[in-house]
Amino acid sequence: MNPATRQKLIGWIIDAGLLLFSLAMLLPLVLLVSNAFKTPPDILQWPPAILPRDPTMANMKAVLSDTPLLRWIWNSVAFALLSTAAILATSAIAGYVLAKFRSRPLDVIFAVILATAIVPFEVYMIPLYFTVQKMGLLNSTAGLLVGYLVMSFGIFLIRQNVIASIPDELLEAARVDGAGEWWIFARIVLPLLRGPLGALGVLAFFQAWTAFAWPLIVATTKESYTVEVGLALFQTGFTVDLGRLSAAATVVLVPTIIVFSLLRRNFVQGVAASGLKD
Amino acid sequence: MTALQRWGFVAAALLPTLAIYAFVRLYPIGDVLFLSMHEWNIISRVRPFIGFENFVELYGDPLFREALRNTAVIAFGVLLITVPLAMVLAALIHARTASRLAPFFETAVFLPHVVSLVPAAMAWKWIFDARLGPLNAVLSLFGVSPKAWLFDPVLSVVCVMVLCSWQALGYAVLIFLVGIKNLPASLYEAAKLDGAGPIQSFLFITVPLLKPITLYVSVVTLVAGFNVYGQAFVLASDAQGAPGQLVRVLVLDMLENGFRNYRVGYAAAEAVVLLLVVLALTGIQFGLLRDRSRA
Repeated sequence: MNPATRQKLIGWIIDAGLLLFSLAMLLPLVLLVSNAFKTPPDILQWPPAILPRDPTMANMKAVLSDTPLLRWIWNSVAFALLSTAAILATSAIAGYVLAKFRSRPLDVIFAVILATAIVPFEVYMIPLYFTVQKMGLLNSTAGLLVGYLVMSFGIFLIRQNVIASIPDELLEAARVDGAGEWWIFARIVLPLLRGPLGALGVLAFFQAWTAFAWPLIVATTKESYTVEVGLALFQTGFTVDLGRLSAAATVVLVPTIIVFSLLRRNFVQGVAASGLKD
Repeated sequence: MTALQRWGFVAAALLPTLAIYAFVRLYPIGDVLFLSMHEWNIISRVRPFIGFENFVELYGDPLFREALRNTAVIAFGVLLITVPLAMVLAALIHARTASRLAPFFETAVFLPHVVSLVPAAMAWKWIFDARLGPLNAVLSLFGVSPKAWLFDPVLSVVCVMVLCSWQALGYAVLIFLVGIKNLPASLYEAAKLDGAGPIQSFLFITVPLLKPITLYVSVVTLVAGFNVYGQAFVLASDAQGAPGQLVRVLVLDMLENGFRNYRVGYAAAEAVVLLLVVLALTGIQFGLLRDRSRA
């Protein structure tokens, strides 16, 4: 066998291996979606089948009419969008100022932000809960938001990007022309940060969308659940069967997967940047 | 433009963010440290200072010890499964960058990392189900007798570990992929000229050069592992009246002490232990990195 053919063959073997592995990674999600369309006898079938024999929409209709699933999805979407907006705004302005107005006190502030970045949310979650309680914001989107208004990594990411891609001369030129600082920020800096802000936005949205521990303690009424909390508590119920559980999970999962596929590039950029901070 | 105007802008721009930051980050972190040295059960008005008593009690608390042990086993288990596997996968995917399937590989491996935790955990709960789950069905083909995965105290920890690894893998692969792309191509060409095969190149070039990234991924994976909660919550919570084996993890124990037993000071002490673990792990990472650059 000549080397070129050999090379090709090895490539195919690797492809086949990776393909099998990729399908195995996706299998749990495929099974879940498939269960959503199974009839009760299908679900009790042994051994379990990958695809439903006799696909039904009954589970879907049942969860959508019997549970406030859409309400929970709405709560999650509102929470995630507002959190994203807050994180983008705070990161953009703080990242820019900390990058371009260097001085001792500001450098100290940045060091403090970096140092607290390694403290996991779960560590200070309980005192924050009591703050939210004192403000009377339990069981509300505003209460959920309190935990997700700022992201240290976001400030860091924007600061790095401003340092790397926005030259001082550009800002100075605008100042010489008489531009005000706010005008410069809004009209020159923000448009140049579109890329990193996009990546950060996707990251922030998914972070809030998949949050679990915080919504679980802050949102404790059926009307205020986020979709993660609603599903987690719904699945502990006595009367629900696997078909309905899977249908509810599918309703949440499929849009997530679609949105992720559309925004994959942004997301990957954001995550990749998070790994390069050292 | 005067300096005064300039610093006026800085203050006006930065103060709102800093105020929020102080209010939702710095203050609660300080409060957790404060509470951990105090006795406070939500209802009482007084919070007497008790020094390190909470920590002393934690040391002898069998539930806390169980939680710490489970959490550590899960965190290190996920690390051992994820990091080596992710490195090999990243190298293979990188080798096949030209393949038409490459974007599919990346997406498929990464997807479990972004899908909502609860639906994903529900999928695995069914897979592990003793009566109806596919895992036992597949095992029975090989003559393995069915196991009660979620009810056995050891196996249920393994289940949480598997679920967490499945989720963590994509992140590690992605970071390794970025790292591998940034390695100098000339080294590989030189190795090839010297007659090194692809496996040798991987072992003697890729693995050593990736060391800082491996350290970073390891620490991120461990820290995430120590914060495990939702996975254990969903897998262990009872379905249709059949309670699963409760996998007690740190965050769960902490929330139980705080909100079910109303011992906020005690729960805060647990949070401080979690913080110390994370700080220690980060410290070790930086220590090892410095060692490397000195060598």
